[in-house]
Amino acid sequence: MSAGPIVLRETGTVRAPLVETLHQWVTTVDHKRLGILYIVYALIFLILGGIEATIMRIQLIRPLNDFVSPQVFNRMFTMHGTTMIFFVAMPLVFGFGNYLVPLMIGARDMAFPRLNAFSFWMTAFGGLLLYFSFIGGDGLYGAGNAPDVGWFAYAPLTSQTFSPGHSTDFWTLALLVSGFGSIGTAINLATTIVCMRCPGMTLGKMPLLAWMNLVMSGLVILAVSPLSAAQIMLMVDRYLGGHFFDTQAGGSAVLWMHFFWVFGHPEVYVLVIPAFAFASEIIPVFSRKAIFGYPVMVAATVGIGFISMSVWAHHMFAVGMTSNSNTFFVLSTMAIAVPTGIKIFNWLGTMWGGKILFKVPMLFCIAFLFQFLIAGLTGIMQGAAPFDWQLTASYFVVAHFHYVIVGGILFTIFAAFYYWFPKASGRMYSESLGRLHFWLFVIGFHLTFDFMHVPGVLGMPRRIYTYEPGRGWDIWNVIITIGAFFQAAGILVFLYNLLWSYFHGEIAGSDPWDAWTLEWTTTSPPPGYNFATVPEVQSRRPLWDLKHPEDPDWKYE
Amino acid sequence: MKASGRTTSRALFAYLGAAVAAFAQPASGAWSPTNIFAPDSTPADTIFGLSIFVLAVTGAIFAVVFTLLAYAIVKFRKRAGDDDREPAQIYGSTQVELAWTVIPVLIVVVLFLATARVIASVQNAARPRGAIEVTVIGHQFWWEYRYPDLKVVTANELHIPVSDSVHPAPTFLTLLSADTDHSFWVPRLAGKTDLIPNHPNSMWVDPHETGLFLGQCSQYCGVQHALMLLRVYVQPRDEFDRWIKQQSQPAPVSETASAGQRIFEATACVSCHTVAGTAAKGRFGPDLTHLMSRDTIASGALRNTADNLRRWIRNPAAIKPGCLMPAMGLSDPDLDAITAYMETLR
Repeated sequence: MSAGPIVLRETGTVRAPLVETLHQWVTTVDHKRLGILYIVYALIFLILGGIEATIMRIQLIRPLNDFVSPQVFNRMFTMHGTTMIFFVAMPLVFGFGNYLVPLMIGARDMAFPRLNAFSFWMTAFGGLLLYFSFIGGDGLYGAGNAPDVGWFAYAPLTSQTFSPGHSTDFWTLALLVSGFGSIGTAINLATTIVCMRCPGMTLGKMPLLAWMNLVMSGLVILAVSPLSAAQIMLMVDRYLGGHFFDTQAGGSAVLWMHFFWVFGHPEVYVLVIPAFAFASEIIPVFSRKAIFGYPVMVAATVGIGFISMSVWAHHMFAVGMTSNSNTFFVLSTMAIAVPTGIKIFNWLGTMWGGKILFKVPMLFCIAFLFQFLIAGLTGIMQGAAPFDWQLTASYFVVAHFHYVIVGGILFTIFAAFYYWFPKASGRMYSESLGRLHFWLFVIGFHLTFDFMHVPGVLGMPRRIYTYEPGRGWDIWNVIITIGAFFQAAGILVFLYNLLWSYFHGEIAGSDPWDAWTLEWTTTSPPPGYNFATVPEVQSRRPLWDLKHPEDPDWKYE
Repeated sequence: MKASGRTTSRALFAYLGAAVAAFAQPASGAWSPTNIFAPDSTPADTIFGLSIFVLAVTGAIFAVVFTLLAYAIVKFRKRAGDDDREPAQIYGSTQVELAWTVIPVLIVVVLFLATARVIASVQNAARPRGAIEVTVIGHQFWWEYRYPDLKVVTANELHIPVSDSVHPAPTFLTLLSADTDHSFWVPRLAGKTDLIPNHPNSMWVDPHETGLFLGQCSQYCGVQHALMLLRVYVQPRDEFDRWIKQQSQPAPVSETASAGQRIFEATACVSCHTVAGTAAKGRFGPDLTHLMSRDTIASGALRNTADNLRRWIRNPAAIKPGCLMPAMGLSDPDLDAITAYMETLR
């Protein structure tokens, strides 16, 4: 195998003063630096969201516990959900998209570098605004600080009547501001992918990661816009005498639900399609085979993108829609299982006949395949509306969407961290610490989220700060909480690994995985201009062609 | 027809492993009084049948895909003795991909049809003559029940008659909300339906057995969402009729109002509570006319004993922090008197 040229990191004789370095980072418009900023920012919020989850799990470890008050508990689940979706998952997805898309399509930067910086700082400001509510949310009424309306903030709980003070305003403004950032980044990514591909890279020869980021960007534009509109309407209700959602004046609580979920369900795919993208890049490299059924993968992704816009009301089966509406949303929800299933089979086809290497990124991808399978199947259960009348708003649904978001999305994001860490830092991570992280996290994940399905089936609703003994929920809650501590330990090992490896890891070289896409042709970390000469490609795997001139891909595509 | 469907799906289900099967025995809620797999009413039973079918299908899919994935990972791992050559590159296969598209489509069609049938049977059920009508009004953080035909108003403990095949007596609930969203969920009787302001909903139950069925609010409605508990008492018909008769009486009127009643009526208590036949006509809080006929207070959070009642009146927030009933700052003698008055409301 031909290893790429080993390039040592440039070490200047004079180190720039700290202020100057900070200034460079704050004013940067480089897609790689912005990508890293997004990711570091998301990791900080991951810790905050994790602390909130831990507080909830300690409170629920036994019945009638009084570790925190109901008011604090309600703030914790609101902040945990809002943080993890808007200020962890989305920034991580955008961070990786920012960092990788230009490198993988042979571009020197994003289409709109300044918009890129603007979008990041909007998102960053949104997160700070949300957390400032802990200090500023009391307002004139002494009415509690952080938001406590739940992460989907159903009307009329958000009206002035039921939510005096400013906590809901912080929530609304934080989502509005970060939403503008998300839309900016989505426009930027889509434009970059459509307009900035290197010579020879037709749409059909883009890496799957680029395709999936393109679909994700389209979904962000379509989904975040109605959410932003709803936030503005809510503010009009709260301060300008509007009655969109103000039920006491004839407004509609159901309207808010539609607005929220017409964002909320595509949002799941905004997060999971990039997760698919990581799996679609990593599984082939560690199976040593080309992705199986590239055109079908693209079609399935586009199909998921379209269908995901028509499934939102499956979050509302218990709202009292007509039987015809319920039936329609059952059909669209079950239909989305088909393209999703196709993807799992294509990854299986990719591994089939390969030589699978169990490096840490691949371990996380393999766990993802099993976990995402289960998440999809519990999704089908809830797609059957009558079954969902029992399951929705119970711990079963909490288990299901954590299976998607942690077991599916976060696992592939960890895979992506380990896979591209050598590219971004120039150094290898510690394989043994990575394995320790993997096993701690797998054990913790399954302790928590496998057993969380059970109390849901036994009638435990979500968002309750306590429960009485004798419902058969006690033992399951103990196991769930123990799992949370394993996960926390895994996260600490992960962060330590990143830091330690950044300073002490082995020099990685430009192509440590013997991979096939363009980012591995440049140095690690890449220079500001990415490529000394703009690359030209003939196939989906330009480095395969280079390494195997006797058997290039372009002969078969 | 339904019974045979159940038998078939049970047979399928037998393959799904002991752990899940244990849940699926429609027993008397051995695992939990709120086990969704211990149905005791037609809607819950129909949902249970569909659940078992969906579990069987998804279980089978899981077994097949899990096996394939596990096989591929073990079989195609890189081994120590392998040469360094790359494996054969395969870019796809139309037949295989067609197969794993068409088979899932067929499975989806089957699941969809089974689901659509159950949606129609539960949501579009005819309302027979003789059905009991109850209006359920969700409040932060308690339940109001009004029987419009029977002229009864009560709170937090719903009484309905048992319904058997000889004397079917389903209960139809009209679901309203006085403030925020709530959800009515008694897992052994039916799936949940939300109570949404300006959006009347309905659901129905026809419990086959007598007894107490538990549940709780399952749509986040504010600070005390967790202690907005549901208790449904399913009674034999004659017992239910006696209960209705008793509940439709006004409060016992004493010639000389007790000290407790005078304090009650002179305090803000009456702005929120009703005691039928007296000056207390508030509707913001639970109707207290027959308070002592209930097993619990504070929406199921406390047993209804004199001691608990006194603690509750003294400072409700100590028991349900964030609940909307204020502490009235009553002196100890006043508290004793009001508690004594409450105990007369039978």
